[in-house]
Amino acid sequence: MDRIVLVENLNYSYPPLVPGDPVVDALQGISLTVRRGETLAVMGPSGAGKSTLCLALCAVVPHSTGGVFGGRVTICGQDTRTTTPAHLSACVGVVFQDPESQLFSATVEDEVAFGLESQGMLRDDMRQRVDWALGLVGMSDHRLRSPVVLSGGQKQRIAIAAAIATRPDLLILDEPTASLDPAGALEVVQALEGLRHETDCAQVVVTQDAELAAALADRVLLLDGGRVTHDLPAHEALRSPGLLTEHALFPPPLAVLNAYLQARSLPVDWRTVDEAVAGVRRLLGAEGTCRRS
Amino acid sequence: MPPLIAIENLHHSFADGWDALNGVTLRIDAGEYTALIGPNGSGKTTLAKHLNGLLKPTSGQVLVNGTDTREASVSALARLVGYCFQNPDHQIFCASVREELAFGPTALDLSPGEVTERVEAELAAFGLAGLRERPPAVLPPGLRRRVALASVLTTRPRLLILDEPGVGLDAREQADVFARIAAYNEAGNAVLLISHDMGAVSRYSRRCLLMAAGQLVADGPPNRILCDAGALADAGMQPPTMSRLSLATSDLGLPPLMLSPEEYGRALLRLREERS
Ligand SMILES: Nc1ncnc2c1ncn2[C@@H]1O[C@H](COP(=O)(O)OP(=O)(O)OP(=O)(O)O)[C@@H](O)[C@H]1O
Ligand SMILES: Nc1ncnc2c1ncn2[C@@H]1O[C@H](COP(=O)(O)OP(=O)(O)O)[C@@H](O)[C@H]1O
Ligand SMILES: [Mg+2]
Ligand SMILES: [Mg+2]
Repeated sequence: MDRIVLVENLNYSYPPLVPGDPVVDALQGISLTVRRGETLAVMGPSGAGKSTLCLALCAVVPHSTGGVFGGRVTICGQDTRTTTPAHLSACVGVVFQDPESQLFSATVEDEVAFGLESQGMLRDDMRQRVDWALGLVGMSDHRLRSPVVLSGGQKQRIAIAAAIATRPDLLILDEPTASLDPAGALEVVQALEGLRHETDCAQVVVTQDAELAAALADRVLLLDGGRVTHDLPAHEALRSPGLLTEHALFPPPLAVLNAYLQARSLPVDWRTVDEAVAGVRRLLGAEGTCRRS
Repeated sequence: MPPLIAIENLHHSFADGWDALNGVTLRIDAGEYTALIGPNGSGKTTLAKHLNGLLKPTSGQVLVNGTDTREASVSALARLVGYCFQNPDHQIFCASVREELAFGPTALDLSPGEVTERVEAELAAFGLAGLRERPPAVLPPGLRRRVALASVLTTRPRLLILDEPGVGLDAREQADVFARIAAYNEAGNAVLLISHDMGAVSRYSRRCLLMAAGQLVADGPPNRILCDAGALADAGMQPPTMSRLSLATSDLGLPPLMLSPEEYGRALLRLREERS
């Protein structure tokens, strides 16, 4: 079962929010696969359908939302029309766009242990797993605190820890670093990469942050108006400032610098700060005098 | 005239015993555009909530326009300081977008005509006019964020505090929102921008405060703070991409502290021409 996520011609409309409203066609003709060990970044403007796609991958759409559902979503071999979100949670970890809405335990450690408990894990193993997950997101000192008193970014870190604690086959993360400080975002990138290497899980990450996508993703799925406009290798998507801007995304700063210099006939293509530093030195005839970034 | 905000050795401990602020001293003057950055949990939101009296000092004092927040009435503070919550859902509670925007100015006892005028102005400025009668709670996150911001702006505060205003917005929506904020600042009002988006901090603010473990540890121009690798590392922060590039090539004769890629590219080409 190499294809963890299989979406075939998915169409989905929410029921009207207010009686009399037209239905919202949130997803139209979506087809995609995500394989074991693969990370897919999902990007696009507000309202493009990114969060709805996440909800469809964990079966919340249509089970908790109603609406009109067409096509097929198969997650870890199970058709989401016949399996429930609770049932899928054994192999799927999710961080919703508003992480606050998913925290409900009395303490941080209970929150992270919740999924493990429902899998019937032994107490000692559970304790170790909670330590491990909290350590990855830098929240070990907050174990016994109540999630409600945490700062915005701390809540998001706890939601991530809870999602990775079960070491799921599929991780779905909807803008997981939106409230994190830059170092925290980097820690999360490293945690997700580490998890992928250890467990060979599939990851679907919605993000507005092109640098994060570049660090994490193999492929980028660009959505607009409920449709897939592009499904590209990450480096191609993230190298095209124009394509990103069209989708209301900020291009990564190095892509902007590359484009600026390319437009003035310097054929540069720097992907990392280190590459850029070396390139700038070369352009200014100062090779070999390298200073570390 | 007293400064808009004068904070003296502010400490705050929460009910569970957590010490969130450990001696903050800070002055903010009328018309500033100041960014407040720092790691998760460093105390940014806690500090912000002291400026409009939502939280009161455990010790030390906060003076708003010369008045101690422990003595000022909620409405007197609301005229001076508007706080836009990190999570807009903590602030939205009315049955329609129009009522949400009218709530603040109505509570300030403005005439109905004045209230309507302000509501209509912000509805237009945020592209919300078509959603006037919608219940804000069912709007998508980007629109809820704009409703929350618009409903603070209708009180026309002298200091506008924005706690992560870009979260949940795409690049186009952010550009619109930041343009509205910049216009509000240009009209003479102070802005305090709390953000993890170093791009926004460097593009929009003129002063940057760095917070770590409940204390202010740096205060200066944004490009200087964002290129101060030592201070950022001590605070547990990561310098943004362009500041890392700028720092690592600062020995080559390029101008220091360049955070905009275009500015950097321009300087690089100019230097290359001079050298050839
Ligand atoms: N009501 C509360 N009760 C107890 N502790 C609290 C409360 N609110 C905040 N804290 C704690 O105070 C510290 C500072 O929180 P604050 O929300 O000010 O951080 P922040 O800098 O805004 O972080 P973020 O970037 O994540 O928004 C954190 O450790 C937090 O857990
Ligand atoms: N619960 C809901 N009920 C009705 N419409 C919704 C609901 N959630 C989202 N929508 C609509 O579906 C579309 C896609 O939204 P969403 O998936 O949240 O986009 P994104 O995450 O890309 O910003 C938008 O038009 C949005 O307004
Ligand atoms: Mg979304
Ligand atoms: Mg905060």
